[in-house]
Amino acid sequence: ARRCASPAGDKMAGADGDDSLYPIAVLIDELRNEDVQLRLNSIKKLSTIALALGVERTRTELLPFLTDTIYDEDEVLLALAEQLGNFTMLVGGPEYVHCLLPPLESLATVEETVVRDKAVESLRKISHEHSPVDLEVHFEPLVKRLASGDWFTSRTSACGLFSVCYPRVSSTVKAEIRQHFRNLCSDDTPMVRRAAASKLGEFAKVLELEYVKSDIISLFTALASDEQDSVRLLAVEACVSIATLLPQEDLETLVMPTLRQAAEDKSWRVRYMVADKFSELQKAVGPEITKNDLVPAFQNLLKDCEAEVRAAAANKVKEFCENLPEDSRETIIMTHILPCVKCPEVRLNIISNLDCVNEVIGIRQLSQSLLPAIVELAEDAKWRVRLAIIEYMPLLAGQLGVEFFDEKLNSLCMAWLVDHVYAIREAATCNLTKLVEKFGAEWAQNTIVPKVLGMANDPNYLHRMTTLFCINALSEACGQEITTKHMLPVVLKMSNDQVANVRFNVAKSLQKIGPVLDSNCLQAEVKPVLEKLAADQDIDVKYFAQEAVSVLALA
Amino acid sequence: MEGDGGSEFRQWCLSQVKGAIDDDVTEADIISAVEFNHSGELLATGDRGGRIVIFQQEQESKALPQSRGEYNVYSTFQSHEPEFDYLKSLEIEEKINKIRWLPQKNAAHFLLSTNDKTIKLWKISERDKRPEGYNLKEEDGRYKDPTSVTTLRVPVFQPMDLMVEASPRRVYANAHTYHINSISVNSDNETYLSADDLRINLWHLDFTDRSFNIVDIKPTNMEELTEVITASEFHPLQCNTFVYGSSKGSVRLCDMRAAALCDRHSKLFEEPEDPSARSFFSEIISSVSDVKFSHSGRYMMTRDYLTVKIWDLNMESRPVETYQVHEYLRSKLCSLYENDCIFDKFECCWSQDDSEVMTGSYNNFFRMFGRDGQPGMTLEASWESSSPRCPLRPWRVCAGSRRNDDEIGVDCLDFSRKILHTSWHPQDGIIAMATINNLYIFQEKLN
Repeated sequence: ARRCASPAGDKMAGADGDDSLYPIAVLIDELRNEDVQLRLNSIKKLSTIALALGVERTRTELLPFLTDTIYDEDEVLLALAEQLGNFTMLVGGPEYVHCLLPPLESLATVEETVVRDKAVESLRKISHEHSPVDLEVHFEPLVKRLASGDWFTSRTSACGLFSVCYPRVSSTVKAEIRQHFRNLCSDDTPMVRRAAASKLGEFAKVLELEYVKSDIISLFTALASDEQDSVRLLAVEACVSIATLLPQEDLETLVMPTLRQAAEDKSWRVRYMVADKFSELQKAVGPEITKNDLVPAFQNLLKDCEAEVRAAAANKVKEFCENLPEDSRETIIMTHILPCVKCPEVRLNIISNLDCVNEVIGIRQLSQSLLPAIVELAEDAKWRVRLAIIEYMPLLAGQLGVEFFDEKLNSLCMAWLVDHVYAIREAATCNLTKLVEKFGAEWAQNTIVPKVLGMANDPNYLHRMTTLFCINALSEACGQEITTKHMLPVVLKMSNDQVANVRFNVAKSLQKIGPVLDSNCLQAEVKPVLEKLAADQDIDVKYFAQEAVSVLALA
Repeated sequence: MEGDGGSEFRQWCLSQVKGAIDDDVTEADIISAVEFNHSGELLATGDRGGRIVIFQQEQESKALPQSRGEYNVYSTFQSHEPEFDYLKSLEIEEKINKIRWLPQKNAAHFLLSTNDKTIKLWKISERDKRPEGYNLKEEDGRYKDPTSVTTLRVPVFQPMDLMVEASPRRVYANAHTYHINSISVNSDNETYLSADDLRINLWHLDFTDRSFNIVDIKPTNMEELTEVITASEFHPLQCNTFVYGSSKGSVRLCDMRAAALCDRHSKLFEEPEDPSARSFFSEIISSVSDVKFSHSGRYMMTRDYLTVKIWDLNMESRPVETYQVHEYLRSKLCSLYENDCIFDKFECCWSQDDSEVMTGSYNNFFRMFGRDGQPGMTLEASWESSSPRCPLRPWRVCAGSRRNDDEIGVDCLDFSRKILHTSWHPQDGIIAMATINNLYIFQEKLN
């Protein structure tokens, strides 16, 4: 007997008693405890118990006990299924690994999907440790028993085991396995057909190519026309795997008809599945078929009558476009994809993510397709939509270039400055800063600064304040000259504004732009104004003026 | 004149009566749901006290034709408890509204049961083995002297008396604002629908944290509410089709393939109203209390207060057959309104081969109709006047006072004794129905 780490517990008295037995004895007894947490704990320590018992007792006593103990809670059974997957050495090595099959077989018939799946996973794991002989003598019969079992649950579990035993068995047995799989694909129960459909791709991968063409294709076609929607939509997933296995020339005849059918299925859930898997399908079928078949299919999905399908397709647009072959990308996007995408955010998303935009697509084309989308979004009733566009603006400006920007987008950016939602005005201000960083101070001076300063005379005090916020943001980027010559006078003039909010923001502005100005200017022009404001009637104006004075060290 | 119950009809014999045979009925014991499972081997009943009792067909006598209607208690458990909705200051009754069985997928049995707000998935399983052998204590629980333990002992499973356990596997809660009236399992065996007065939700059996709303008839302005959902069922074979009945007497068929939200129906089954028969009560008595697809999936049956209608799914304009359940009540609608009986919701069911339909009535009568347009047969669920093996004698209800032994005057009918819940064995001539607190099982007499 070995020393094992023991949880708390008195040591057994007496020199005869082996100290290390007690904790194991506790663990074993707790396998039957009423408290599920204690049972769970024991199951998680199953390897400790097995080590103490030794390989033979584990095989002859522990495993039979575990085989019958399937009345338990899901979490306990799940833990058990997991443990057994790692038990090979504890039963004596690969020579005895087949002893693990009975308990896993009974776990594979449990109704709880997670437990069954874990049992199947463990069975798959230990299948690799079976010698080819053991595989045929022990493992394959188990698979056959499950596949012909009375209960749906056994048959669904069988579906997950075919692919692991197939490669290593004799050709007679291989034929039997193929037959079983065929049977399950046409089982009476939708649950079993669903399991078969979801494992179709994986099974196809281990089959010889001739059988893929002869068996798998017909099974795939049958499942893709199943009367149950839930089966047909799983066939779509299988389509991806199957397409990758077949040579290009066979795809058109063997796979494409079914795929086209799925893309036009009466059930929106199946069409949704096609949309959802579109990028994978694109990669699997290759560029030629994509161009001829997938593009029209994609167009239809983007215009589908069911909103869920359209949304799923819209989600894939970017990836689909990115994976188009370079030579035809532009035409396909401009003539086929963009017109179908009604949702402006998606259109913008595609374009903003294609770095080659202004090389591949001329400015003229861009303005035709892109500009309406931008304008529509910029003026959307929902402010969050407007906000999203503003956030794209610096990136777009960079891609589109300064001329295009000035001509088409400048007015939009200025309009946002006077939006009635504060968050938009704030974002617009930030946007301007980024634009100045991109296009430079000189550009700023010529194009945006005059307009910003012009807002200082707006009858709405909120807009007058926006001028100040812009100046705060832009002064550093624009530099001392522009700030002193053009911006400062405007700020100082606003110190006479009749609205107190404007006046105290003048103080704050002066504090912000102060560091950009030279000291003469500070003393001669800024200080007197701040002193005036420090004597203002409004308490906030006084406060911020005094603060500015002290921060700028003008006292 | 009603049918004589002659040779063209099956003959029915009382097989068993379950429940207390006294007049002292507690509210909790009133049976509110009756349902056979898919093989007919199990029969579940739910009551107002939130309990479910499952009966199992007696295995040994199953093969004997004259005793195949013998069912014994298999399992009893508390499905739902009363709850309190703190937000609305309302009590949520534990009464079981509906029970539906799932098709059997392994050795255990599963059913869905629902009260007004919460649906539960129950697993009923058998245990016939028990582990024996502790290391540190005796089997009776007394601890051993630890020093006496010198070797490890692994428990061994020994046979034990059969124990049937019911455990809740899923609780589907918080998806219904109004009272749930129906649940129905889809033919795909992974989803089911639940319907309340205004909405129908679609669930996946594995997931309790989400449910999709597929029908919503709630008007923006509740003052404009004129119609509610009364019953709903999935098609037995087509996974995309379901129907729902309304309080105005129409049934809508929806196709889940067409769109995610099924507010627009694919078909509307509505019989145009006979203007001469219009009365204050017309709308109330037209309310569909139950809707059931035939086993074949070709027909649909609806039950309203006075009739049973069979519809061909291909024809929306009118039913193909209409049967009067208790037309003699038409002149009594006023008093039935006063005592609220007019709002009783009767269920209906198809025979195992779709050749007959059955529904309950008052005075513990139930009605059988062959699909031949004939007036049908009236039988009584009464342990006093029936003996096993003896075919039930049909009754006639007459307008005036009775003249024969097999007649009863309409004014003598007991409206407190009604058969609302009925179920027909899916494969055999065995029927189960609930009077107020008794379960009656009848079997067809085979010649």
